[in-house]
Amino acid sequence: MTTDFDIIVVGGGHAGTEAAAVAARIGLRVALVSFDKNMIGAMSCNPAIGGLGKGHLVREVDAFDGLIGRASDDAAVHYRMLNASKGAAVQGPRIQADRKLFKASIQTQLGSLANLHIIEGEAAALHFLPNAPTRVAGLVLGDDIILTSVAVVLATGTFLGGKLFRGEERLVGGRVGEASAMLLSQQLRGADLPIARLKTGTPPRLDGRTIDWSQLEFQPSDDDDWTMSSMRSRRSVPQLFCAMSRTNAETHDIIRSGLHRSPLFAGDIEGRGPRYCPSIEDKIFRFGDREGHQVFLEPEGLDSHLIYPNGISTSLPTDIQAAMVRSMTGLAQCDIVVPGYAVEYDYIDPRCLDSSLAVRGFEGLYCAGQINGTTGYEEAAAQGLVAGMGAASKILAQPMPPIDRTNSYIAVMIDDLTLQGVTEPYRMLTARAEYRLRLRSDNAGSRLTPMAISAGAVAGERAVAFQERLLQQSALQSRLRETVSADALIKQGIAVKQDAGKMSLFDWLRFPQVSIAQLLALDSESWPLDLLMELEQDGRYAPYLARQDAEINDMAANEQIQLSPLMDYSAISGLSHEMVERLAASRPENLAAASRIRGITPAALAAILVHAKRAKIAVVEAA
Amino acid sequence: MPSADTIFALSSGAPPAAIAIMRISGPSAFDILQDLAGRTPSPRRASVCTLRSPVTQEMLDQALVLVFPGPDTATGEDLVELHLHGGRAVVRAVENAIASFPGARRAEAGEFTRRAFTNGRMDLNEAEGLADLLAAETEWQRRAATKMFGGAFSAAIEAYRQDVLRLSALTEAELDFSDEGDVESQNNILITDGCAELQQKIVQLLASPPAEKLKDGLRIVLAGPPNSGKSTLLNALVGREAAIVSDIAGTTRDMIEVPVSVEGVALLFTDTAGLRDDSADVIERIGIDRSHAAMQQADILLWLGPEGEGPIHPNLIEISAKNDLKESLSKSADAIFVSAQTGAGVSELLHIVAARAKTLLPPPDQFAINARQRVFLDDAATALVACGESEDWLIIAENLRQVRLALDALTGRAHTEDLLDTVFGKFCVGK
Repeated sequence: MTTDFDIIVVGGGHAGTEAAAVAARIGLRVALVSFDKNMIGAMSCNPAIGGLGKGHLVREVDAFDGLIGRASDDAAVHYRMLNASKGAAVQGPRIQADRKLFKASIQTQLGSLANLHIIEGEAAALHFLPNAPTRVAGLVLGDDIILTSVAVVLATGTFLGGKLFRGEERLVGGRVGEASAMLLSQQLRGADLPIARLKTGTPPRLDGRTIDWSQLEFQPSDDDDWTMSSMRSRRSVPQLFCAMSRTNAETHDIIRSGLHRSPLFAGDIEGRGPRYCPSIEDKIFRFGDREGHQVFLEPEGLDSHLIYPNGISTSLPTDIQAAMVRSMTGLAQCDIVVPGYAVEYDYIDPRCLDSSLAVRGFEGLYCAGQINGTTGYEEAAAQGLVAGMGAASKILAQPMPPIDRTNSYIAVMIDDLTLQGVTEPYRMLTARAEYRLRLRSDNAGSRLTPMAISAGAVAGERAVAFQERLLQQSALQSRLRETVSADALIKQGIAVKQDAGKMSLFDWLRFPQVSIAQLLALDSESWPLDLLMELEQDGRYAPYLARQDAEINDMAANEQIQLSPLMDYSAISGLSHEMVERLAASRPENLAAASRIRGITPAALAAILVHAKRAKIAVVEAA
Repeated sequence: MPSADTIFALSSGAPPAAIAIMRISGPSAFDILQDLAGRTPSPRRASVCTLRSPVTQEMLDQALVLVFPGPDTATGEDLVELHLHGGRAVVRAVENAIASFPGARRAEAGEFTRRAFTNGRMDLNEAEGLADLLAAETEWQRRAATKMFGGAFSAAIEAYRQDVLRLSALTEAELDFSDEGDVESQNNILITDGCAELQQKIVQLLASPPAEKLKDGLRIVLAGPPNSGKSTLLNALVGREAAIVSDIAGTTRDMIEVPVSVEGVALLFTDTAGLRDDSADVIERIGIDRSHAAMQQADILLWLGPEGEGPIHPNLIEISAKNDLKESLSKSADAIFVSAQTGAGVSELLHIVAARAKTLLPPPDQFAINARQRVFLDDAATALVACGESEDWLIIAENLRQVRLALDALTGRAHTEDLLDTVFGKFCVGK
């Protein structure tokens, strides 16, 4: 049966655009459905991309030839490398974006994909054929037009059952000024999917012309010339500065005076908010003894006077917000252009998804982004990429690119979501990645682009550039295999121990005082700087990576032990009620995944192993 | 080890005996009892039942029956105990009757305990403690095993684990949040001190003498020139004629080992070939080489040669043997004077050896650490040292992760099948 499209993506945010784009790059016919096509690629919250853990995700999506890295560079008015003083594996690239430029870049990139169609309309409901109630057959639009497809990716963000709160005000919608997808929400609830509520918030937007910048400390853009995307060689947008203010005792008093009018504290919001990105009233309530909290004043764009005050997300009434803002240094005369608000929205318990973000129990239904209980553009984009590749791989009957916890933050996130579920909006942190020494933001391309190319997800331009880099990389690697003695290095003025003997240049890199530039001396200038830095870091942590290999092999062995998605965990003796509940909710794909589920003891694991082996024997005997 | 099987085994000593206790554990345990006894007595109450062959209805035995419904049982499963008359034929007949049920089979070594572990009734250290308890022959072994079986060791490891988690959390905050302006960054000292402190605790634990000494016995080696009375003294110390005694120098050629328990402590007395340089006998020379090796491995060395001429050893006791004869060596008052012939000084020597041995063994209020546990504790201590040596937060975090892995492996959180087989293979059938 021919369908209108192979894949329909609902939602034009960071998840939806990446999902649509990767499927189109792989060569499938894709429709991207959005309420308003001018809003595609909009940054709905802070005008920043990247950060700790998040910067890794951006680079990884970029390694798959995704949109977010390039759009970041096309829009960046401020670059900052977080954790610059710490080890490369935890450094987080972050940019401030001009909203208009970002959106424009996303729309331009989408426009260049021939088999991607943008359709404006309301996604009213999933379309099913009467004889196949669990096989998705397309999408019903608000005007009752049916678009048929083999798969649908839901990337509806906060629009699913979205409800806005500001003081005593209540609005239905996903963002201020936009409608909410209520019908779809009702349909999903009706389909017995595990749906619950989360909340997030956004701060008021300030009028930069009313801020007294002379009283504030500035934070200029980094001097270096690194970029977010490996497909952007230089910074193209004029750079702006950010500034910093602080809350103070007066601010805190004002906030306390309004707490009883906050929907958060009045008990009107049932959904749980992000612990790592709390509202200002939450911070005051929980850490009231602190003298002040830092507030970053971030420009929203080159030709915009709007300022985003990062750190004071709030749903307090408008009059309290105004007083609170004006109590801070430099903001005494400041006007609020749009007050902050909280959004409560539906999310699907991600434990009902498999590792390609397909909804178990359905055929052809995928979910990506905030709908899965995450927060952040980067987390959304990465999930969009996975869901888009998942749907495409399924349709083409080819395997998913082999991402796992040892090779990407993307897989760490997917694994966390689908195994553990969420109790608050999920945000990426480097601490979540146990193998983070090998997951640096500077080696994302080396880690992932080869598998992206195999999956057909990479367009020609990047594929060519990558091949060229591979050649340089292997040339530099063989150069680093040359050996040099401690004596020679000491003569060169490098402080190493005389008795260290002779070893390869690469092995010398494990000593923090030895730099690759020193080792290569004269010919260091003939290599690209980013390549030098990447291999230098490879050398720094090589001994630790070798030590982790045994652990990774152990895990690989347990990954070979597949667990049936139909396994009856309640029939396994020795599992507590709580364990059975967790295992049944997330249905781990193999024993290694089961071992990662919180609260699963080694004893429980042994019992599952035995059960799985027996089930396998039973299957063999039955056959 | 499919847990849907019902396993059974004789859990008491080999028949014939007054009573033989048969244990049946698993999902069909109660069904089997119902068929054998014609009824299932009320739980946890001793009841007398007539057991009959399910095929011929012929009476097998009159037994005392105990029924324990899972999961609150030793194995975590339904469990039945049959207290039979302890004749070989009775036991065999009942075993055959049970084995005829589908899904019932004889238990493998350690399988009851393994099920207890699988069903979360005990962790790996407790299981090892139980194995040691069953094997304990001396009072000190019993106390150490009880400590391990009772979970005190596991509790200590869990406390360390909590310490590491706390340190890890501080480190991670430094890595993930310190650049966001809202986290105080004064964790350096807290973390370095915390690592050093925890490392000290683990090193202290590691310094305690190895559990193997407690189990296998301390090696007490008797050494000295030929004909100095070693073999005679050995026989007197162990209370039997274990070694051949003659006046001919070089009678003892190979080592003779005799295990005994003295004052609750397991000791392994070793008699060695007399030391001399001029032996032309090839076999005696080999024996003398072995004597040197034995002296090196000795925990306590009883030196019967001229005073001060023995090897350098931290626990050397000077012995003046043959104290009833004129030819006895004259030694200073620090030496122990014994006469194997008259028995004078022998019990005093045993007491001194036992007292010295106790200083070399884990005291009863402390854990004895076995080789498996030692490896992981060593790993943890090494990684903690590395934490203190690095200024790179990433490396500190990675080392703390290694510490967590080592402690998890210790309690069996991160386990492999091999490890489990090793631990449970030590049990006899029926446990």
